[in-house]
Amino acid sequence: MADASPYPLNAWYAAAWGKEIGRALTPRKICGRSVVLYRQTDGTVAVLEDACWHRLLPLSLGFLRGDEVVCGYHGLVFDGGGRCTYMPAQKTINPSAAVRAYPAVERHRLVWIWPGDPALADPGLIPEFSRNDGTDWVGEGGTFQSLKCDYRLVLDNLMDLTHETYVHSDSIGDENILAAPFEVTHTDRSVTLSRWIIDIEPPPFWRRLLNRPGARVDRWQIVTFKAPNVIVGDVGVALTGTGAPEGDRSQGVNGAFLAAITPETDKTCHYFWNFVRNFERDNDALTAALTKGHVNDGKGVYDQDHRVLEAQQAALDENPRTPFYNLNIDAGALWTRRLIAEMVAREGDAARLGVAAE
Amino acid sequence: MQLVRWCVARLVATRDLTHDIRLFVIDPAEGDASSGSASSFVAPTPGSHIQVEVLIGGRVETRSYSTVGPCADGLYRIAVKRLAASRGGSAYMWSLTPGARLKIAHPRNQFELAWAKPAYLLLAGGIGITPIYSMALALVAAGADVRLIYGVRTAADLAFAEELRAELGDRLSLFVDAEGEKIDLDREIAALAPGGEFYVCGPLGLMDAARQAWTRSGRAAVLMRFETFGNSGRFANQPFHVAIPRLDLAFDVAAEETLLDALEKAGVAMISDCRKGECGLCVLPILSADGPLDHRDVFFSSGEKAENSKICTCVSRLAGGILSLDTPDRRA
Repeated sequence: MADASPYPLNAWYAAAWGKEIGRALTPRKICGRSVVLYRQTDGTVAVLEDACWHRLLPLSLGFLRGDEVVCGYHGLVFDGGGRCTYMPAQKTINPSAAVRAYPAVERHRLVWIWPGDPALADPGLIPEFSRNDGTDWVGEGGTFQSLKCDYRLVLDNLMDLTHETYVHSDSIGDENILAAPFEVTHTDRSVTLSRWIIDIEPPPFWRRLLNRPGARVDRWQIVTFKAPNVIVGDVGVALTGTGAPEGDRSQGVNGAFLAAITPETDKTCHYFWNFVRNFERDNDALTAALTKGHVNDGKGVYDQDHRVLEAQQAALDENPRTPFYNLNIDAGALWTRRLIAEMVAREGDAARLGVAAE
Repeated sequence: MQLVRWCVARLVATRDLTHDIRLFVIDPAEGDASSGSASSFVAPTPGSHIQVEVLIGGRVETRSYSTVGPCADGLYRIAVKRLAASRGGSAYMWSLTPGARLKIAHPRNQFELAWAKPAYLLLAGGIGITPIYSMALALVAAGADVRLIYGVRTAADLAFAEELRAELGDRLSLFVDAEGEKIDLDREIAALAPGGEFYVCGPLGLMDAARQAWTRSGRAAVLMRFETFGNSGRFANQPFHVAIPRLDLAFDVAAEETLLDALEKAGVAMISDCRKGECGLCVLPILSADGPLDHRDVFFSSGEKAENSKICTCVSRLAGGILSLDTPDRRA
């Protein structure tokens, strides 16, 4: 038996921001599969295997004609369903000629694709990610493309926020995080890490957003992982003693970090991120400032993570050692990895037995 | 892209589905155990086939057979029709008894089902039911809008009829030719929801009729999918003679061999690929034919076939007489 795959295939993975995909052929690698994405004239996104049926030239090197892709080598034409509609120098079309078409759905401002068994691609399984819709919560995120680390290292990072104290000491880091108790719960498809830090001075990032000089706050981090690839981190601060832990957040500011993390290969990933808020929604300057706070030419919060994650992968490659040594703070990450491993195992059983997963 | 992976397998059981269609249950893990590799069963998707090495007159050849059903127990199932007057692959398969060792390639799919379409019309003729059966089961399981039309020559030729009836109920229509039952393809296609897809597998005559009806309906050509094996035509297989003036060659093609095989046996240098009448690589120019040409390929258009100027040698033949051919050989 070869090593288990680090990711399941029967799942929806974010492949692009919707705004990225237009009337151009966009190549991308998702879960080890090279695909080409483009928007059809009816507005839907088509995702095809990025290799011509004939001689395997990447279709992304060809061009779009209407809703079809013309191969840039010998002119074979494929429709959005991957079927060949034209072959050069003959009057018929070989009935076997097709490239793989991947199920694709645009939702929550992202294009999601299903790399596994298309018979199982139920759009109802797309993770709930509505805070990214740009409606009740606003924010303009971005993407780290081809981040040079196993996607699970990003999940580890987000499922344990004690790292903020050391990686992000100038913005959201706070020694108080280390002292506060946390709770990790899980279902068969999600893991939730909750931490409340009561009656503290807010760290610089939150102090600016709350804008109540001198006030002490209760700070929360409620981070939910949805297997296998999405994290919603509900975070914020509210004036201490105003009932935030009991559910009244009216005296505070609430944000959320959103992450859809897609394996590119076993050791690289695409990290679609956003930081959204439900206050001052029309303040575009604030939106721009928050985006810049996260990614800013190496100086943002996520730039700091980026550096750590790639260095960690490089170290892993140099010193293969599994498992890691684990600390109690890793409970969220370990549950996360457990759920992913279970999905991979179920998928292996299903493939072996020829039955649909579930 | 799908790699062809071969393995040694064991025939576990056989069961006769009709007087001339036999189900073969094949365990691929058996061979893996001896080769020391990990279990390598690959669940076949509907429309898949496996290749099997067969012995024909002492020669090893390969034949492709559609997988049957989901094979949920890790065993491959194929159904093979015994072709009368054939010394070919089907006769070899029918000679096997449980326990026999087979060399097989794991499933590949060149007749893939597209999912989440508004509706599906499936059409099978005779042994063409094998891939269509798997599709019907999968579509029913997925809750799809599906209808299956299944035509056979006589009632005794019906395979899987009970299983299909149980799964499809009145969404299955059976047509028995000998009882005068005719399929109204135009009406069936008209009843298919817009955007619905049409999957066809069966003898050439049925496939041609289906393609013509689909074209008449004005529906998009890409929404009709078919699989062909190139082993049926307008005429029964008959021996014929071949003459190649350029090479000063003359030889016979036996009823049970293909023109391409006979050309290669006679030493004519040929290129070919699909060997089922799809790719057009084995085409040769016709100089003359004094018998009826039986074009069995799907490479030439019907207009091109009517010209009778070229022949797809892997599947097409002459129904008796002398076929004079040219070749691409030139002097250096």
